[in-house]
Amino acid sequence: MSTDNYVNFFQEKQGRKGIWTWLLSTDHKRIGLMYLYSIMILFMVGLTLGILMKLELIAPGRTIMGPQTYNGIFTLHGIIMIFLIVIPGLPATFGNFFLPIMIGAKDVSFPKLNLFSFYLYILGALVATTSQFLPGGPPDTGWTFYAPYSFKTSTNMFPAVLGAFILGFSSILTGLNFIVTIHRLRCPGMKFMKMPMFPWTLYGTAWIQLLATPIVGITLLMVIAERFFHIGFFDPALGGDPVLYQHLFWIYSHPAVYIMILPAMGAISEIIPTFSRKGIFGYNALVVSTMAIAIVGYFVWAHHMFTSGLSMVAQFTFSLLTFLVAIPSAIKVFNWVATMYKGSINVQVPFLWALSFIFLFMIGGFTGLVLGAVATDIHVHNTSFVVAHFHYIIFGGMGFAFFAAMHYWFPKIYGKMYSKTPAIVGWALFFIGFNILYFPMFILGLQGMPRRYYDYLPKYASLNAVSTIGSWILAIGFLIVVINLIRGAIKGPKAEANPWEGKTLEWTIPSPPSLENFEEIPEIS
Amino acid sequence: MEAIDHNSHAHATPHRDDTASKIGMWLFIFTEILLFGGLFIVYSVYRYYNPVAFHIAGEELNDFVGTLNTIILLISSMTVAMSITAIQKNDKKLALILLYTTLVLGIWFLVNKYFEWGVKFEHGLYPGSVLLPKLGTGDTMFFGLYFMMTGLHALHIIAGMTILGFVIVFIHKNKIGPDKYVFHENAGLYWHLVDLIWIFLFPLFYLIH
Amino acid sequence: MSEDKPHISSYASSIWILLALLLLTIATVSVTSVNLGPLSVSVAMFIASMKATLVLLYFMHLKFDHKIYRLMMTIVLLLFFAIIILTFLDYSFRIK
Repeated sequence: MSTDNYVNFFQEKQGRKGIWTWLLSTDHKRIGLMYLYSIMILFMVGLTLGILMKLELIAPGRTIMGPQTYNGIFTLHGIIMIFLIVIPGLPATFGNFFLPIMIGAKDVSFPKLNLFSFYLYILGALVATTSQFLPGGPPDTGWTFYAPYSFKTSTNMFPAVLGAFILGFSSILTGLNFIVTIHRLRCPGMKFMKMPMFPWTLYGTAWIQLLATPIVGITLLMVIAERFFHIGFFDPALGGDPVLYQHLFWIYSHPAVYIMILPAMGAISEIIPTFSRKGIFGYNALVVSTMAIAIVGYFVWAHHMFTSGLSMVAQFTFSLLTFLVAIPSAIKVFNWVATMYKGSINVQVPFLWALSFIFLFMIGGFTGLVLGAVATDIHVHNTSFVVAHFHYIIFGGMGFAFFAAMHYWFPKIYGKMYSKTPAIVGWALFFIGFNILYFPMFILGLQGMPRRYYDYLPKYASLNAVSTIGSWILAIGFLIVVINLIRGAIKGPKAEANPWEGKTLEWTIPSPPSLENFEEIPEIS
Repeated sequence: MEAIDHNSHAHATPHRDDTASKIGMWLFIFTEILLFGGLFIVYSVYRYYNPVAFHIAGEELNDFVGTLNTIILLISSMTVAMSITAIQKNDKKLALILLYTTLVLGIWFLVNKYFEWGVKFEHGLYPGSVLLPKLGTGDTMFFGLYFMMTGLHALHIIAGMTILGFVIVFIHKNKIGPDKYVFHENAGLYWHLVDLIWIFLFPLFYLIH
Repeated sequence: MSEDKPHISSYASSIWILLALLLLTIATVSVTSVNLGPLSVSVAMFIASMKATLVLLYFMHLKFDHKIYRLMMTIVLLLFFAIIILTFLDYSFRIK
């Protein structure tokens, strides 16, 4: 296909002028990129907050901030990272950009709704941000808004909770849009069982977004009602049960972990076969395990609450179910490794990110088993072991997959290529820094260092100092990666339409894609 | 473009996919069901903890108003369903009459609700009142849930009426007709959802005593 | 995904469904005057479920639409029941 005589989606004005060609665009690619830029900016904020926390923890005692500031910062770090970055992360950016292309469609089913979701996202972000500046002080409950603290604290909980509610709504509408798109707009011949893995994982994710988010929505509304009308839903003084808040919160927030990780697994399932120059191993098993994770993921939530006073029966059942969910995850890891086996491996930047994803995800997964078993969980509950575990899953998993996807699809999005050497150096620093930052936290947690404290006993000092140094290495790696990508997008050399020899539909069209993606809707045989 | 429609609805045109809109509406309804589902979980937990108090508090509610509102909503559900039939048969006038009837029924429901709530406030049975905590934690929970759930339901009635208002406008403007009525159908689905939720709220608050 | 020609419900069928719903309403109201003890919740919920089924199948057209809607609805309801059951694994077995 000739790449010169078409207008790509960057050039297409869509009948508007200046900035409005972006802000009012219903093109799924532009919306995806607007999400991408918002998320990258917010990620820098979140990362900065994380580095400030680590800096406070470099030595025992007060270093750069007091306890109240520290509480405010870890809350904001959590809200930004969870609600604004990892939940919309892959679905809203690469999902928006590539879902229609990968199933052979010109756009999502409801383009205007898609733009509306984006503005709800922005609105939610702004509302949540106001909580930082209003009198009353930044929220200090942590991102989980646990009752009764969330309705007793005098800090600005209302905007934070309302912001989370609006963001949930945005997430629901994106999920709705994706499900309808997958049901209605697959090109001829693209049967469900011929869909690439990335759309499949988006499908599973969309169902979770749709069916789990409303539960946290209503819970947050109840917290708001509680603050204004003192109803007593979660207030023991009025007969409420604070543990019920935890149930409702985790009924959403555990499946939300799969909202974060499933699309990441999907992206990895695209990248590994491309760079192994082989078809994916066990496609059917991957599809089944995706849906199994989506479903079983609903039934494990109370493993976040083993020390909250659950009944023994519940502890036993949820622990068992938690171990069940490890099976489909393990199937995925096995299939990725089996795909590489006897493949003709082409080591490129996205492949390095994907490999490190598997490594970090495995560590996160295994330590997750420690937390899923009641007896060991009680030992490490609320220690930095938990913090290390979920950063390995969410940051090492979803975060690394995000950068893998970024480097994989970059030439398709911009039609240009980044430089390889800085990308590899950046990745190496990122990976090394990540492990120096988080691995000591496993050891600290086992030794009993609690999470969410600005101070600690002197015996934890040396490992904390190591961890802080890791955060600097990671930050340097991150900057190299991002600057290299920005530089590539602006003045990188022109990329071919299919630089990686990918087999999915997005590689059959020119880069960057045209407004309508396909001149003719493709047909799959 | 033909390719997209390979398996699609008889009514689908290149820029219109009625089936997609309908699936979208159903998905939204699932979301709404789970939104209320969260409250039903809370209700069942506190009912489990306070069976006697819920039993007694339920007797404070006026069965007659509850039953009347149930009947009003059921009839309004029927009028909406019939209005869709009318538009499918190209009977614009009947469709409009049925829709206006639905709106009147919706308003009647809200008026009843308003007076019902008013009486509860007069009796001091509202969250944050002086009286309620004295009656005990079970009553506090019952009335907290009562106001939260019926209040959220009333908001949905208002939203449903707004959507039906748009349907009426579109019928007047001939934007809805015998071959393009998916918006009307979806508005109807939403209205039935509101009815569906009330079908469960009614026995849980008014009858189980 | 969808039928070739849409199903049009007759006016009469809507009226019949309404009558059935009203009868069930009368039934559930009159049952409360009888003291059924612990059964009263189950009876009320059973009647409410019957009413809901009628609304779903006829007014909301699930009976006539493509089976995918019924399938989705069933899965959503099963999911919700599973969540309730799991929640009560905690509450029913707590030591007070």
